[in-house]
Amino acid sequence: MFAKVFPSIPIALAMSLGVAFAAEDGKTEVDGKYFDKEEEPTYNVKEDGTVDWYTYSGFRRYHSECHVCHGPDGLGSTYAPALIDTIKELGYGEFISVVASGQEKVTASQTSKMPGFGNNVNVYCYMDDIYVYLIARADDAIPRGRPRKRDKKPDQAKAYENECRDGK
Amino acid sequence: MKRVLFATALAVGVAAGYTVPVGANDSVMQATSNPSNWALQTGDYANQRYSTLAQINKDNVKNLQVAWTFSTGVLRGHEGSPLVIGNTMYVHTPFPNNVFALDLDNDGAIKWRYEPKQDPDTIPVMCCDTVNRGLAYADGMVFLHQADTTVVALDANTGKVIWSVKNGDPKKGETNTTTVLPVKDKVIVGISGGEFGVRGHVTAYDMKTGKQVWRGWSMGPDSDTLMDPEKTTHLGKPVGKDSGTATWKGDQWKIGGGTTWGWYSYDPDLNLVYYGTGNPSTWNPTQRPGDNRWSMTIFARDVDTGMAKWVYQMTPHDEWDYDGINEMILTDIDIGGQTRKGLVHFDRNGFGYTLDRETGELLVAEKFDPVVNWATHVDMKTGRPNVVPQYSTEQNGEDVNTTNICPAALGSKDQQPAAYSPETGLFYVPTNHVCMDYEPFKVSYTAGQPYVGATLSMYPPKGESHMGNFIAWDAAKGKIVWSNQERFSVWSGALATAGDIVFYGTLEGYLKAVDAKTGAELYKFKTPSGIIGNVMTYQHGGKQYVGVLSGVGGWAGIGLAAGLTDPQAGLGAVGGYAALHNYTRLGGQLTVFALP
Repeated sequence: MFAKVFPSIPIALAMSLGVAFAAEDGKTEVDGKYFDKEEEPTYNVKEDGTVDWYTYSGFRRYHSECHVCHGPDGLGSTYAPALIDTIKELGYGEFISVVASGQEKVTASQTSKMPGFGNNVNVYCYMDDIYVYLIARADDAIPRGRPRKRDKKPDQAKAYENECRDGK
Repeated sequence: MKRVLFATALAVGVAAGYTVPVGANDSVMQATSNPSNWALQTGDYANQRYSTLAQINKDNVKNLQVAWTFSTGVLRGHEGSPLVIGNTMYVHTPFPNNVFALDLDNDGAIKWRYEPKQDPDTIPVMCCDTVNRGLAYADGMVFLHQADTTVVALDANTGKVIWSVKNGDPKKGETNTTTVLPVKDKVIVGISGGEFGVRGHVTAYDMKTGKQVWRGWSMGPDSDTLMDPEKTTHLGKPVGKDSGTATWKGDQWKIGGGTTWGWYSYDPDLNLVYYGTGNPSTWNPTQRPGDNRWSMTIFARDVDTGMAKWVYQMTPHDEWDYDGINEMILTDIDIGGQTRKGLVHFDRNGFGYTLDRETGELLVAEKFDPVVNWATHVDMKTGRPNVVPQYSTEQNGEDVNTTNICPAALGSKDQQPAAYSPETGLFYVPTNHVCMDYEPFKVSYTAGQPYVGATLSMYPPKGESHMGNFIAWDAAKGKIVWSNQERFSVWSGALATAGDIVFYGTLEGYLKAVDAKTGAELYKFKTPSGIIGNVMTYQHGGKQYVGVLSGVGGWAGIGLAAGLTDPQAGLGAVGGYAALHNYTRLGGQLTVFALP
């Protein structure tokens, strides 16, 4: 259920808040957050392996909220599918929708159910972060495990987190 | 096939509805004292998981063969085991928690089945798979505690519902994974949901009607915890007033965890039921200052009133998710030339505890895996672990990644129950050999949503590649007697028998039999899927059988399916450890073994 406002930061709004820079691979950077050509959030990994803040944050949030079903590093488990195999097929819009509202699949041998996290601030305030982390894993841009180096937390990320979590 | 008359006679007697006087529960005592049955998940009230059957022994076990199999029709983690009462076997499944009564006189034909309808919304609020640790039996009834916390009493002959009661609310994250314990005229029932901010409790329901008799909470005021500030003791000292709120800051205790999803044992002479409580909520220790009593605690409660006689908190103010819910094995034990009424418990935190079950006195506390490093030792006077600052996720603080903590949140041992052989005097313990990084951070509570607050990654101890051991333990000395390495965590309950053998299953799917004295492997057979169920044995038609459920899953299936990584290793070394999904796939099958 969408109990609260759509949580991600659209690029237009992001641009109005910060200065956009053209990054590599046709990516655009706005205050430490990266967007692809379709203006959807994406990751950035520098040559020395430094990941952007959001990818790192996505790693943390994934391994707190998602891995208990979907397994470590997006690789799946005996309980739920490997998201690195499905995230691209799903796409950004559908990802946000499923995380917020959940979904149910019934087969002959089992019923599986993904809960909706639309009213869980520990998840919905970080949906973009989790998305870009999974895209980075799907592209094999980062290895398994904790990213070794990361960018500093952007002011924009702090402001958004406070507003999203506490409504301030 | 020849009949075993006494087993059949007992079953007929029970089925005919003997009026059983209110004792320990006489029907349970009778059924468990006859080794032809497997009448409790834990074998007996003492949780020993020992059988006096000896037809299968250390000399002939190498000839063991599959006698028959049964597919449960559910592809999820299969924990627990079937029960056998007389000529009927009762098999349960994970969610949707179907129950089958199989006629052992008729090649396992299905006598009746019970298929509850449960809201699928229950599935996602179950942390770590939709497992169920099995049925219980007493007074001609089979008891099922469903995932959605509905406790059902079924007529053992027909499967008809006699009564049903709701123990919790899945909308708040309250679910069930564990079995129930029938004692006297009551059914003792626990609850799951520690990762959803559920406040744990244990409830006694009237066995005939399902009416609630008492409920003892894990934390809260004395009226909730059923504690007497003067008479309830912790290591011999009175607990004091409202210890279940005084050791918390603010109202955090109301979402304080301490759920009760493990095993229950019972001493008929002392009239006490024993169990442990789980982690305090959240996993972020900074958000819940204080000792967080009585999470991570061994409880001894009076069966009639629910009043706590004694408690012992093993891990005050948990910082690692070391739930204290593992089984309490009861046996007399010689310590320093004195015979004590012992209680032996292998905790997630890696310490093997021996206590006096009458008084709650701490007798032994030693590491049962040498790699355990989060504490140097347990202070035998205060009972407190001496925490090593380097591995303290509280002292290192929020948003700091504490590395190389052993054991991992899986614990050195999880719920998979150990066995005890009165012949060797040894405990046989399935263990995990896994370490972790743990980074706590701030989380907010929403009812019915996960309330975790830590990121963790797991890997085998430095320089090692095996993730499990199966060990024999001397609980008087606190020492490992022998230890067998396993590629993966051993997530299957052990069974010891008078045939001088011990059985257990592995995550790859092997059923193994080892020599009880030496640990030497005597037999193995690969079943269709990984084993997280518990091995059981029974006798029918004069023949001994050994049964086990296959069906990989649970926390082990989630954590180990893709293989572990070592974040401390150099680039390129990640993914070097065995991935469970290269050895086994989902399944749901009972395999029953016998000699040819």
